[in-house]
Amino acid sequence: MKQLYYDVKKCLGCRSCEIACAVAHSESKELLKALKEEIKSLPRKQVLFSKNNNYPVSCRNCKEPKCVQACMAVALRYDVKLGIVEHDQKRCVGCWMCVMSCPYGAIRPNIKTKAPLRCDKCIDKDEPSCLKACPTKAIIWQEEKVEKI
Amino acid sequence: MSSIKEKSIDVATQEVLKKAQDESIRTTWDRYEAQLPQCGFGQLGVCCTVCDMGPCRIDPFGEGAQVGVCGADADTIAARNLARKIAVGASAHSDHGRDVALTLAMLSENHSHGKKGSHAHTYEILGIEKFKALALEFGIDVSAPKEQIAKELARKLLEEFGKQEGELTFTKRAPKKRQEIWKKLGISPRGIDREVVELLHTTHMGVDNDYKNIIKNGMRCALSDGWGGSMIATDVQDSILGSPVPVRGKVNLGVLKENHVNILVHGHEPILSEMAVKAAQDPELIKLAKSKGAEGINLAGICCTANEVLMRHGIPVAGNFLQQELAIVTGAVELMMVDVQCIMPALQEIASCYHTKLVTTSSKARFAGVTHIEFETERAYEIAKSIIKIGVENFVNRNKNKVNIPKHEMDLVAGFTKESVLHMLGGKYRASYRPLNEAIISGKIRGLAGVVGCNNTKHTHDYYHTTLVRELIKNDVLVLQTGCSAIACAKQGLLIPEAAQYAGSGLREICEAVGIPPVLHLGSCVDNSRILTAASHIIEEGGLGEDLSDIPAAGCAPEWMSEKAITIGFYFVASGVYTIFGASPFATLGSKNLTDYLTSGLEETVGGRFEFCDDPMKMAQLMIAHIDKKRRALKLKERATE
Repeated sequence: MKQLYYDVKKCLGCRSCEIACAVAHSESKELLKALKEEIKSLPRKQVLFSKNNNYPVSCRNCKEPKCVQACMAVALRYDVKLGIVEHDQKRCVGCWMCVMSCPYGAIRPNIKTKAPLRCDKCIDKDEPSCLKACPTKAIIWQEEKVEKI
Repeated sequence: MSSIKEKSIDVATQEVLKKAQDESIRTTWDRYEAQLPQCGFGQLGVCCTVCDMGPCRIDPFGEGAQVGVCGADADTIAARNLARKIAVGASAHSDHGRDVALTLAMLSENHSHGKKGSHAHTYEILGIEKFKALALEFGIDVSAPKEQIAKELARKLLEEFGKQEGELTFTKRAPKKRQEIWKKLGISPRGIDREVVELLHTTHMGVDNDYKNIIKNGMRCALSDGWGGSMIATDVQDSILGSPVPVRGKVNLGVLKENHVNILVHGHEPILSEMAVKAAQDPELIKLAKSKGAEGINLAGICCTANEVLMRHGIPVAGNFLQQELAIVTGAVELMMVDVQCIMPALQEIASCYHTKLVTTSSKARFAGVTHIEFETERAYEIAKSIIKIGVENFVNRNKNKVNIPKHEMDLVAGFTKESVLHMLGGKYRASYRPLNEAIISGKIRGLAGVVGCNNTKHTHDYYHTTLVRELIKNDVLVLQTGCSAIACAKQGLLIPEAAQYAGSGLREICEAVGIPPVLHLGSCVDNSRILTAASHIIEEGGLGEDLSDIPAAGCAPEWMSEKAITIGFYFVASGVYTIFGASPFATLGSKNLTDYLTSGLEETVGGRFEFCDDPMKMAQLMIAHIDKKRRALKLKERATE
């Protein structure tokens, strides 16, 4: 199963990944049109700065997701086959417990749509949009290395 | 989030920052944190937005794209980006110079038409000695009536902007050897406007692709500022407003007065603020202030407008660049009038949290929705008075519960110029650079350092300036300062004669004998041209080599941030001066070739070079090492580092 990894030393903090993410999740999938959409698409990824390093932060689709455990409406569930946390908007009550419980701070609330925003690895595309947008190839898309017990 | 102590070393700044936090006022430090991380491509200078095939970016790690859509590589992109900044910096100072020259033209016109207002309310030629010397330099007969000289001089000065060929007149102030170097390299500036335009042309898509040639043209443009526009600004201001002489003043936010109407002048041009100084003393306005319950009108300055009115009138300085918002946060400022350059766009939002009125005065610098009272040279006094009146009337709106002025203020001595340094060191009757040259030759003064420039939110406010300057004077280096750097050191008490106690024994002896501080305030950032002319006089006096690059001297902008600083750096380097840019490097690190050229290759061609260093103690060591290298080359007495 492929996961997103980051070479933090190569991240220049240009935030191109954030823009590409927002565009990929917009209606139009085009930057200039996306800015005019009524409900603005928001990036599911954020580059944070700490102690001279830039850290791209997005949902890691944990195998034992804290957000799934915290979701009282059972709107979040972990799909073992796809290896992603899925969200059912119909069940979501907008309590933001998922936002509170994520140990990585990788879920952001979209106040307007009342939906938690999380990286979905661009499951409908061959690879995540942020990957192509990174000009220094600091974002790596590769098979998860499973440690044998 | 960094602590208040990490934001600034200045206690007054720390106190008002605390007030800002308590009142939920967002300042530049908060906005900086909201910007993090800042884009690495921009920091490295390898993002190109020159044409619409881009924006293009070069991957500094070598895996991604190495050229833009047009084929420009990191060297071309970074050099073009830097060149554009040089052009903007040169434009800012030179345009300031143009306005001053136009003021001279206007006053000669008015006087010859007999439109002479009362002396106090109009511009005069107060620096007659300098005015005549300037006219002589331009080959004008000084026996003619003053108005005629002024008219002729203004015409010739304005011609310097539009000249197409030859060299700028002021380049002749430079030592012969330096002029030869410029001619040989083809970087002698021809006309002020031409150099800016030509440099911008070369950075258009598909023109100059050779980073060395781009920098060469960049140096010519910078020289047209240093030995052109800026020098015109300084010398004509001295002619009209009077040449500064050493004057005592006060500095820091503590100069704001609790029971007075506080008016701040902020920006860079002294022509209007000069009238504001006079209008603040207008009996009618003082009477009005008293009728509103104030004890009087207190005028103070921020940034270089402050330096200008300090140099000529001893008007107090409220603070440097990073204190402009904080002055308003004290809650005690009735009005801030601004002109051009370094005025933060955030001011209006902060002013709206208090009763402070912000007034713009230049057609070139407006804020949407902010009161604009446009400055006109002919009606300067009237306009200054009307602006101050708004401030006086605003006193009643001050919320006393929101006022908290820090108690901190410091004395300083300012008003040093190439002429007054001469007088101080040589005495009134034997004005000469000889004593200064002798002091350097004997080693009592190890060398000279120009420490100038801005503040930068990225780095602890005032820390780099003051740490560097303390270390320099401790090692017997006489420090010449301008701009926000001078204000930083003044706040820490380094600009009073008593600061000689921090100097090394040699420098201390000179300072105590002559009665000067070890750190000399030469004025605003446009007045960096004073350092160039002073250095030329040193060479003329003899004994310290034949070229500016021979003098045991170094320059530094420890906390720079503006494009003007870049241009100043370039005209110093192109004049042969070793120049350190502190805190952060130029945005060129994405091109190794260009960075190497700036920090070493340039020395072969112009005798000066850049250095980038982010540690003030290391900066001092580098400057002292360079000074000692130059001393050795001149076979002067060796100095051991203390």
